Amino acid sequence: MINWRVILNIAKTHLLTKMKSTVTASLGVTFGIGAYITLISFMTGLNEMLDSLILNQTPHIHIYNEIEPSDKQPIALYQEFEDAFNVVNSIKPKQSQKKIHNGLPILNYLKKDKKVYGATPQLRAQIFYLSGSIELGGNLVGVDIMEEARLSNIGDYIVEGTPQDLKNSENGILLGAGLAKKMSLKEGDRVQVSTIKGDVFPLKIVGIYQSGIADIDNIQSYANLKTVQRILGEAQNYVTDINVKLYDINEATAMASSLGKQFQVKATSINEANAQFETGSNIRNLITYAVSITLLIVAGFGIYNILNMLIYEKMKDIAILKATGFSGNDVQLIFMSQAMIIGALGGILGLIVGFVLSKLIDNVAFQTEALPTITTYPINYNIWYYVIGFSFALISTFVAGWLPSNKARRIDPVRIIRGT
Amino acid sequence: MEFVLETKNINKYFEKPVKFHVLKDISFGIKKGEFASIMGKSGSGKSTLLYILSTMDTDYTGELYLNNELITGQKHNKLSQIRNKNIGFVFQFHYLLSEFSVLENVMLPAKKLAEKSLAEIEHDAMEKLRMLDIEKLAHQRASRISGGEKQRVAIARALINNPAILMGDEPTGNLDSHNSENVFSIFKRLKEEEGLSLLIVTHDEDFAKRTDRIIQMEDGRILD
Repeated sequence: MINWRVILNIAKTHLLTKMKSTVTASLGVTFGIGAYITLISFMTGLNEMLDSLILNQTPHIHIYNEIEPSDKQPIALYQEFEDAFNVVNSIKPKQSQKKIHNGLPILNYLKKDKKVYGATPQLRAQIFYLSGSIELGGNLVGVDIMEEARLSNIGDYIVEGTPQDLKNSENGILLGAGLAKKMSLKEGDRVQVSTIKGDVFPLKIVGIYQSGIADIDNIQSYANLKTVQRILGEAQNYVTDINVKLYDINEATAMASSLGKQFQVKATSINEANAQFETGSNIRNLITYAVSITLLIVAGFGIYNILNMLIYEKMKDIAILKATGFSGNDVQLIFMSQAMIIGALGGILGLIVGFVLSKLIDNVAFQTEALPTITTYPINYNIWYYVIGFSFALISTFVAGWLPSNKARRIDPVRIIRGT
Repeated sequence: MEFVLETKNINKYFEKPVKFHVLKDISFGIKKGEFASIMGKSGSGKSTLLYILSTMDTDYTGELYLNNELITGQKHNKLSQIRNKNIGFVFQFHYLLSEFSVLENVMLPAKKLAEKSLAEIEHDAMEKLRMLDIEKLAHQRASRISGGEKQRVAIARALINNPAILMGDEPTGNLDSHNSENVFSIFKRLKEEEGLSLLIVTHDEDFAKRTDRIIQMEDGRILD
């Protein structure tokens, strides 16, 4: 029979009369949990931001025509050499066009698929940006800009001008920020581009595009699909890439391989393209957890130490309680409930401290040229981190309280009473 | 007359530092309403015997009966309950919980027993304090009162569950003659008015002589 009211009352009195120790022990937990919440919110916020930086620019499925050598070389077709060991030197890629064969029918097919959120055509062209006598090599990507803005967050990266501006202009260009800087150009200026064949076209800068990745911003610009087709002198069905966004990203891999077989094109899913990013985030998460758990273990040792001292101080009280009829279990419960109260109080306070610190970090200005859309440090407010933090506070105080309270349970009252 | 407490052939050894036979074949009984005292030199085993009788020490051979019920061999939790309900204990050094008020100290064993409501327990506790003439101290912190008062609070605490027997381990050993006298008269009154059985270990010969029966111990044996 356990009389909780009596036990909790004794625990409460112990805690209140030893206010200093109670506060110290609780603050240990508070510090651990607060640091955990802050750290994990900040780290995962940063991870998500970095991931989205890359992932948002990567379509779920990317369809294109790969330039590669034929799997079967012509000699394999000769029956005379069927059983021979054939060596072919200097294999060249198969003569084929860069465009996707049947690009527009594939696009229409994809748009009707129920799993597909959207599909956009792209035309990537190698061009030179002309600035006086200087030629800068680069890419010009022809896009359906409004569809692109709907499916990806390209809109976030257009730092000057809007997608609408590009759509409305017959020969407009969204110039890469690095290029604009190099050539000292701004919105409203004109830039001349030249194709590999040598044809020169003037384009009007309707906006500046800044992805935050210098290697892209230094070479890449966007224009309307039709504009690029005209520059290259190609027909309206000439597209080199199709980007597909699905409702469920997890279907990307399976769908990519089936599309690849169905249309005999190269189709890569986001998972293949960005495997290394996942590894990076996993390791960063691992480090975050390792640091947090270390903090909580340190807090746990603090609680262990303080409870241990408390029990040494309370030896006589424990003996009296036992002599007047409290069982060992009652005594253990008294000290366990003290540990759990410290854990719960410290944990709740820690969650609040963590939340406040996260809010604080969330409001600190953080501007970097590489990340045009970010104005403050990123924070991930995930309720699960708070649940985990609080559970860990309870678990660690439980473990820290168990050993000393178990000792209190086994204290022999006779020895203490005789000892004086 | 019926025994409230009875022992049969109790033997106890200390293992450390060397094997030592502390109690040798102790067999005796305390009758209901009897006020008995145990006397003996230091090391004669009287305190050891008292702790066995109080059920706190379970490391012995022989049999212990409380209200004709065999106590020996019971589980620790059961022993705690028995102690809580049937045995009041007064130590030499009063041993109150210093952070609690006098009233809370007295109420604690009854709260543990949980047979009565909180209001009833409080009423009982005040009654006991009044009987011992210390009701004005009820809301003082236990650490703020004098030694004689502490011992009376300890007696009130021992009585709160109306135990079958009150045991004392030199309850007057640490008190001046005035307070000793006071404690003795309280015990006497409890015996006469409430019919309580008492078993008190003491060094004080004057104290022992005024009890109903003196149990003399020497070298772990009871002398008749």
